[in-house]
Amino acid sequence: MSANASAAPRPSTEPAVEIVGVGKVFPGRRGAGVTALEDVSLQIEAGEFVSLIGPSGCGKSTMLRLIADLDAPSSGTVNVFGKPARQARLDQDYGIAFQQAGLLPWRTVRENIELPLQLHGAGRAARRARADELIELVGLGDFGDKHPDQLSGGMQQRVAIARSLVESPRLLLMDEPFGALDEMTRERMQTELARLRAETGAAVVFVTHSIPEAVYLSDRVVVMSPRPGRIVRLLDMRLGSAQERTDALREDEHFFERVSAVREALHGDAVASVQGKEAR
Amino acid sequence: MSAAASRPWVRILAPIVLGLLVLALWQGAVVALKIQPFVLPGPIAIGTQFGLRAPFVLNAALITALNALIGLVIGTVGAAIAAAVAASLRVLDELSAPIVTAASVIPIVSLAPALYTMFGADAQTARVLIAALAAFVPVYFNTLRGLRMAAPIHRDLMRSYAASSGQALRAVTLPGAVPYFFTGVRIASSLAVISALIAEDFGGPIKGLGTAITTAVSSSNYPLAWAFVLGAIITGLVFYGATLVLETAATWHRVSA
Ligand SMILES: Nc1ncnc2c1ncn2[C@@H]1O[C@H](COP(=O)(O)OP(=O)(O)OP(=O)(O)O)[C@@H](O)[C@H]1O
Ligand SMILES: [Mg+2]
Repeated sequence: MSANASAAPRPSTEPAVEIVGVGKVFPGRRGAGVTALEDVSLQIEAGEFVSLIGPSGCGKSTMLRLIADLDAPSSGTVNVFGKPARQARLDQDYGIAFQQAGLLPWRTVRENIELPLQLHGAGRAARRARADELIELVGLGDFGDKHPDQLSGGMQQRVAIARSLVESPRLLLMDEPFGALDEMTRERMQTELARLRAETGAAVVFVTHSIPEAVYLSDRVVVMSPRPGRIVRLLDMRLGSAQERTDALREDEHFFERVSAVREALHGDAVASVQGKEAR
Repeated sequence: MSAAASRPWVRILAPIVLGLLVLALWQGAVVALKIQPFVLPGPIAIGTQFGLRAPFVLNAALITALNALIGLVIGTVGAAIAAAVAASLRVLDELSAPIVTAASVIPIVSLAPALYTMFGADAQTARVLIAALAAFVPVYFNTLRGLRMAAPIHRDLMRSYAASSGQALRAVTLPGAVPYFFTGVRIASSLAVISALIAEDFGGPIKGLGTAITTAVSSSNYPLAWAFVLGAIITGLVFYGATLVLETAATWHRVSA
């Protein structure tokens, strides 16, 4: 493993992500472009867990891609740890798990997880040790030497999650990572993610369609409107520090209250009235 | 599929039984309808000739197969290099695409007489070259498609890792293109055999399968001509089978991402 990956993320006062006045228009035929995002501003602190929730097609994946510098915004700026998104990508400041697993089918599970380490020049033994650690973490102990086509969709997704974690990034970008998992595995992975995040102090930007999942995991939930994607509301979820995010929390009264708050924000028509709350 | 797969012997036995049945019907028809040998000899006559002249058939098959094999290798290597260059230099690809497409519809064996005057009909050069040209086309197009095929998500992944273009090529593009390349080789193998064989009919004193068939026909030995045809079929099957094995090995584990 490379030196910077093993070091604990240094405490920093810089926000992990700073999105200012960002719009994204995908060019369409005859000039009629698709406006995926419009005037979005959002600041995510270092170590903060923020979920993006909103109807399908509202630009959640697009927002993640802008942070990851896989797409460029049409307007506005995106900064990651105080530098332009492009620089943060070149500095390998984030790990990403896409909506699809996106594994390389000709590599085994272990080789897939080792991929980022290999590209960044980690030694063979260190790579293997770290990959085995993560295989264990995502509960695929017996599958290290299997190929992706021998795994179920949910298992493939877990490999992708392991791959995003392998370099211990201080920013994690996750696009519906648990969407393909069964309820039991899903809850286990949620608990794991909460624990992991508490351990590493990484900031997480997490896209989900599940309100309870967002409430359970997040410090804040960002509720987005249908196209063109805007931020409708920012909801504080601080249910207690991350260490206390145990299964008991799911039964908590406060938890249900938060779930209904998100649900209301998501279904509410009062889009205009909350516009003012967008900028923090 | 599943029913047959659970009983593999059915999959092997069924075609054999069917094949024997067809042969029996064929033999029966030839005898019953008194079909003349120049129209169609019976399988027994052909089989007898094949057995009696086995060394000749084998010899002819080896000559043709060697031309096809050398041509296949040359064409494949050339096509792989050309596809790699075309994939990396977009401009070159756009310039050459119409030419390559136009060239790909030329019936390559028709070039044989011209190549014979260039290289001489008694050397194998021209026939190897024809097989190589025939093999080039499918390998080139399949490999180029494979090199272009890199999944968008894999490209995003490489970008997120800030991988250099060389790293992306080695980690994603090349492994992704391998199955396409071998599909091209499998298609090319049959074309190489057919082209090498037909090219012999345009002259030259070679003792390959093409010449052997023509010679047997012109001396009215129809069962022998068919015995050589049988040799040609077996040669083609060997090429096809060998390249199919390569292709299957290359596409192992590629079903889903
Ligand atoms: N590359 C692209 N070209 C054109 N339009 C695009 C592109 N990517 C996304 N879009 C459009 O932008 C909008 C937002 O897409 P995005 O994938 O960000 O939505 P999403 O919120 O992630 O949806 P889902 O919950 O279904 O994943 C959609 O209307 C989509 O059609
Ligand atoms: Mg999405």
